[in-house]
Amino acid sequence: MDTAAIRSDFPILHQTVNGKPLAYLDSAATAQKPRQVLDALNQYYLHDNANVHRAVHALGERATLAYEGARAKTARFIGAPHARQIVFTRNTTEAVNLVAYSWTDRLTPDDEILITPMEHHSNMVPWQQTALRQGCRLRYMPLRPDGNIDMQKLPEYLSPRTKLVALTHVSNVLGVTNPVAEITALAHQVGARVLIDGAQGVPHFKVDVTAIDCDFYVFSGHKMCAPTGIGVLYGKLEALEELTPFLYGGEMIATVSLEASTWKELPWRLEAGTPNISGAIGLGAAVDYLESIGMDAIKAHGDALTAYALEVLSAMPGVTIYGPLTGRTGLVTFNLADIHPHDVSTVLDQEGVAIRAGHHCCQPLMRWLDVPATVRASFYLYNTAAEVDMLAQALERTREFFGAR
Amino acid sequence: MALDDLYREVIMDHYRSPRNYGSLDNPTHTISLTNPFCGDEIILELQVSDGVVSAAKFTGRGCSISQASASLMTEAIIGKPVDDAVAMMRGFRRMMRGQLENEEEMGDLVALAGVGKFPVRVKCAVFPWEALRQALTPEQLPDDD
Ligand SMILES: Cc1ncc(COP(=O)(O)O)c(C=O)c1O
Repeated sequence: MDTAAIRSDFPILHQTVNGKPLAYLDSAATAQKPRQVLDALNQYYLHDNANVHRAVHALGERATLAYEGARAKTARFIGAPHARQIVFTRNTTEAVNLVAYSWTDRLTPDDEILITPMEHHSNMVPWQQTALRQGCRLRYMPLRPDGNIDMQKLPEYLSPRTKLVALTHVSNVLGVTNPVAEITALAHQVGARVLIDGAQGVPHFKVDVTAIDCDFYVFSGHKMCAPTGIGVLYGKLEALEELTPFLYGGEMIATVSLEASTWKELPWRLEAGTPNISGAIGLGAAVDYLESIGMDAIKAHGDALTAYALEVLSAMPGVTIYGPLTGRTGLVTFNLADIHPHDVSTVLDQEGVAIRAGHHCCQPLMRWLDVPATVRASFYLYNTAAEVDMLAQALERTREFFGAR
Repeated sequence: MALDDLYREVIMDHYRSPRNYGSLDNPTHTISLTNPFCGDEIILELQVSDGVVSAAKFTGRGCSISQASASLMTEAIIGKPVDDAVAMMRGFRRMMRGQLENEEEMGDLVALAGVGKFPVRVKCAVFPWEALRQALTPEQLPDDD
């Protein structure tokens, strides 16, 4: 993979911050956008802008073709058999909430929802609220001390009461890649539906939702080089058919009379109102971009950088790394001696190194790790080993500055 | 912007050896606060008698700025009439916005003035003062000057 050529596609990377060259190591929060994606947005707004599914004129047709074309690309990208199985949302959070509002009427006090303690708040809080609303029980899979799901104990947590299993493909803190296909098979044995949060998976490796066999798979465009404001809910057709729309209005109806209405077919019935047309087109362009480089090459690059960062950081005095040292996807989470992550982040920013400090929307996981907050460096296709070295040097300077041991 | 503007010696000293860290036997006010952005926590206890803050202690965990700010704040308000503590609280918020009017009145708190140049860290410095506001003037909004 030619990282120099890739970097030239990302104008934003070529700047200095506080007088130092920028090392953007926060792609797990949001990825940068290549020129190709920005050009697609410009093309749409400069030449094709119109509302979709409504107009009979040329621009309306072009906009509709581009929007539906993006849906087809996205379906192919994640191995979905039909474009109809892709529902566009704002982001991962909205996709999870769509399922949490539209599928869960069926749950009763005897039922259980099973998730993990490593979930991002957006795949945890909607299920807490569902459990409160439906009076059902929310349970958590057991974790091993290294942060991996304890697969030995998992069967004890599954029973015919389990109606939904929701878990992340890749943890945005521990970096662990969960055995989602294996867990889906176990969940299906007891008749549960399975939702996978792919926010940190889809950007980094080839995802095949058909091979995983999950019922729902959700992710955000902005973490995979697309604009903000576009996300995806994939579902098996029979699972999507079980969703009752929770947003009603234009775009989603088939017929409307003064008394009653009927809904369009999937996926449009779940996309009320004018959608984020440019966002979807940007997502399609991001898919094209990532595929032009190749998901296998992107994975190999990310794995190599992550391994290098783990090697460099674990050799540094005072660094504590959280999560397993192998099988991690795209990020390293750590603390530096007893220096608060916000202090680390401020010093690193002075050195041009952008990382994330805080609880990463995973407060229960922070409690499990028994730390108030952590530092996270995350990597994507445009990052280099030299940037990992910049991180290490900046951490060294932080340690000196705070006089930590 | 230099790091030394932010991490002044006084701040590092208060961070490493916080003053008035602990709890009071008979507090008249106890406020416990979590900063949703970063998870920092503070429990601030005050003893107010005859309109004077006679004692103040805090516990909690957070970054150097929030911990040093809490330590400096307790030193600044102990022995002060409540009205003066409230005035100081408002002065502190103004200082964070770059308006340092009465340097003398602010005393050691001036060490935190540099935080104003790091907008993302202002909330760390203000955090303990927010706990104080909730204790002393809960009915007023933070920016009622
Ligand atoms: C694992 C995981 N799930 C969900 C989300 C939420 O994504 P969004 O904020 O785009 O909805 C994120 C990202 O912040 C994430 O890392």
